[in-house]
Amino acid sequence: MNLTLKVWRQDGPNDAGRLETYDAPDVSPDMSFLEMLDVVNERLINEGRTPIEFDHDCREGICGMCSLVINGVPHGPQRATTTCQLHMRSFKDGDTIAIEPWRAKAFPVVKDLVVDRSSFDRIIQAGGYASVNTGGAPDANAMLIGKEDADTAFDAAACIGCGACVAACPNASAMLFVAAKVAHYAHLPQGQPERDRRTVKMVNSMDAEGFGNCRNYYECEAACPKEIPVKFIGNMNRDFIKAVAAGNEG
Amino acid sequence: MNLDAKIPSGPVAEAWDKHRFDLKLVNPANKRKFKVLVVGSGLAGGSAAATMAELGYDVDCFCFQDSPRRAHSIAAQGGINAAKNYQNDGDSVYRLFYDTVKGGDFRSREANVYRLAQVSANIIDQCVAQGVPFAREYGGQLANRSFGGAQVSRTFYARGATGQQLLLGCYAALSRQIEMGAVKMHTRTEMLDIVVADGITRGIITRNLTTGKIERWAGDAVVLATGGYVNVFYLSTNAMGCNVTAAWRAHKRGAGFANPCFTQIHPTCIPVSGDHQSKLTLMSESLRNDGRVWVPAKPGDQRPPSQIPDNERDYYLERKYPSFGNLSPRDIASRAAKEACDDGKGVGPGNRGVYLDFRDSIQRLGAEVVKQRYGNLFDMYQRITDENPYELPMRIYPAPHYTIGGLWVDYNLHSNQPGLHVIGEANFSDHGANRLGASALMQGLADGYFVLPYTIGNFFATHKPEPITTDHPAFREAESEINARLQRFMTIGGSRSPESFHRELGRIMWEKCGMARNRAGLEEALQKIPELREEFWNNVKVIGTERSLNMTLEQAGRVADFLEFGETMCRDALLREESCGGHFREEYQTEDGEAVRNDDDFAHAAVWEWKGPNEEPVRHQEEMTFENVKLATRSYK
Ligand SMILES: Cc1cc2nc3c(=O)[nH]c(=O)nc-3n(C[C@H](O)[C@H](O)[C@H](O)COP(=O)(O)OP(=O)(O)OC[C@H]3O[C@@H](n4cnc5c(N)ncnc54)[C@H](O)[C@@H]3O)c2cc1C
Ligand code: FES
Repeated sequence: MNLTLKVWRQDGPNDAGRLETYDAPDVSPDMSFLEMLDVVNERLINEGRTPIEFDHDCREGICGMCSLVINGVPHGPQRATTTCQLHMRSFKDGDTIAIEPWRAKAFPVVKDLVVDRSSFDRIIQAGGYASVNTGGAPDANAMLIGKEDADTAFDAAACIGCGACVAACPNASAMLFVAAKVAHYAHLPQGQPERDRRTVKMVNSMDAEGFGNCRNYYECEAACPKEIPVKFIGNMNRDFIKAVAAGNEG
Repeated sequence: MNLDAKIPSGPVAEAWDKHRFDLKLVNPANKRKFKVLVVGSGLAGGSAAATMAELGYDVDCFCFQDSPRRAHSIAAQGGINAAKNYQNDGDSVYRLFYDTVKGGDFRSREANVYRLAQVSANIIDQCVAQGVPFAREYGGQLANRSFGGAQVSRTFYARGATGQQLLLGCYAALSRQIEMGAVKMHTRTEMLDIVVADGITRGIITRNLTTGKIERWAGDAVVLATGGYVNVFYLSTNAMGCNVTAAWRAHKRGAGFANPCFTQIHPTCIPVSGDHQSKLTLMSESLRNDGRVWVPAKPGDQRPPSQIPDNERDYYLERKYPSFGNLSPRDIASRAAKEACDDGKGVGPGNRGVYLDFRDSIQRLGAEVVKQRYGNLFDMYQRITDENPYELPMRIYPAPHYTIGGLWVDYNLHSNQPGLHVIGEANFSDHGANRLGASALMQGLADGYFVLPYTIGNFFATHKPEPITTDHPAFREAESEINARLQRFMTIGGSRSPESFHRELGRIMWEKCGMARNRAGLEEALQKIPELREEFWNNVKVIGTERSLNMTLEQAGRVADFLEFGETMCRDALLREESCGGHFREEYQTEDGEAVRNDDDFAHAAVWEWKGPNEEPVRHQEEMTFENVKLATRSYK
């Protein structure tokens, strides 16, 4: 099939940026979206034009590196699918596809479609861990954890940190990302000793990074490639209020 | 080249305890005076950086992705082994040790493997304490499954995302140390060289991938945890950024490269669909627990699978290896798939595929149970192929997956180049000629959490490095070499993208140095690779500038290194005149196509020494001795 691409090009953080138009002829439906961009880039290089920069690494939907807003939707039209796992059979001959970077104050554009998501790392550094050093851990079966709790903890921990939730939110809120990490530990005994502290510190860090407020639009859940449910946000809000009320302000 | 492995004397079961006692310690108050540069933040690098920081060392950690959480370890699916014997099925440290030495086809060091089996149990304890959500039974205990090549259930897993959960545990520990100021993390930073001053590794040179800035870093030890080089084949299950650069540059500065020809071809990957293909996707081999592998018994049979009755199917693994069947080790299962396709029985595009069929398990267990076990893998398969594996058998084919060879290290994980330690997939240590499933995660975390943090102390206590700054001439020279090389890329002004060279190299490697190798093919590759390299350096085209984000330039650097490395890999494959593990030389096989090992001449690690750009590298040997597991022909029949 033949496609037309409108791609966001931006030379650097201080450049205003603009959409540019490219042809993508002879696209096979079995190509992944990024393979389609590879072919476009190969042609740009051959023509002596600067290739389009975009982030990617694993290309199997787990590293969280790829990050494109495709026709206004983070990771494109297919539910529960990262950009790298999206295949061109989701499009049809003659389509025009707009490709833009994640847009959020806390994710400044580095170049073209590449953004800086280090704010997510700093939120985790603020408290997204159980404070145990290496060594001295008790036998792994010493503490029993019910299957349901373990499964829920996994559902939350499945977050790949891509930032689609932020890109999808009209307020660029990071609540789903933070709530998922809080829920992961909240469902495990290992997470209990620091539960209040963790919640408060991570929420404060999120605010300090310039993410917006959550207004219950639920666009985040729809965009999440791992289908992390918004119910975790409600749980986190309750934990946060409880922690603050108890005077555990991080 | 000094290849003293420093294996402790005495019985293998006591070696690690004894060694730990013999290691010299660093006074806790002095630890912060030692700076360690850890390159890589995957399971190996992340766990080592966090643990060394906890102990008090001053750590800087580097990775090329935008976050340490995205290292390629994140993609591991199936699981991690540990000799816990939670299933009471007769597992023990000794059995894991035995299976790994045998599985490695007798080309690994017994003492290393024994230690690995010993600390495997600590790893699971540690990860659970961190909050890694492993799969559990209703009673609350940890669940296990059996995994390719093992007859006991010792594999711990977190659905089909074990690597992700282990890495996030490790990333959490690392993040905590970053917050405390004990680790300085440098993301989007690529190491381009190590710096050797007065014979000792004293630092690294990096490029900031966002700004293009070249920087010098001095330290008292350098740790490479930079993963594997299987992208030398271009198409592999590895992430796009995986590379040999760090290991190769260290090699060119003196570090021996051991067994580069030992690569692992994974039997269960989604077959290639067309020329646009940029990477291959693994389907966890845990699928082989419930899926049955078959091809049509008649060559050229084009009927859809549902119309081929059972008696016209060849369940070749069950037929050839009745006791291991579909769980046969990877090298054996991969080669059997290739054979079936070579015989004209392959299915799917280009007839390069075999079926992995869940029909019988779905009948036996119900679709719901199968979904619980493998749901996310089935979804992934369907997304890529547009076929529903609940209704049609999966099509799979082997693909390059893991590199067993790597930089040579001794028992302390210290390379022959003083001051340089190598951990995780980047070293060669524990898997011999073939790695068993679920043991790479185990090795990476063993190295990072439980081995290097001890042995590096001994290095500091016995070497007493002199103070050094980045003004030392060795830093200046290394930096100017890097700058000259980047300049060269920018000014060649040729007509081919780095990607096109990478694809071409990959084709040569896959055809001549892939699942099966022979003298004529390897000699041909050894002629073609230098020609391709020559063309690369005259005709590669890199657009843009070196002073900003430029992924084409990054790729050019990595491809340039693969073009040198590929040659050493083929040379190693040529000179290893035997078939063992992942290295199958067609000249050395039995009548029914089984590998023939040559223990008299090749029970050693081949360690390559770089001699300069136009010189032949020199092959050294570290002999492998087997005192506990008796050298025997592997049989999975
Ligand atoms: C798809 C897949 C599934 C797998 N499944 C399993 C499994 O189920 N069980 C199992 O045991 N094993 C599995 N493996 C193997 C296992 O995942 C890897 O061997 C292991 O995770 C490697 O860890 P590592 O820390 O050594 O390297 P990586 O995780 O690859 O980390 C490398 C690090 O080095 C950095 N780096 C590399 N080069 C440079 C440079 N030049 N400069 C700066 N930084 C650099 C990277 O940024 C990264 O942080 C699987 C592998 C794949 C590909
Ligand atoms: S590239 Fe890793 S999730 Fe898309």
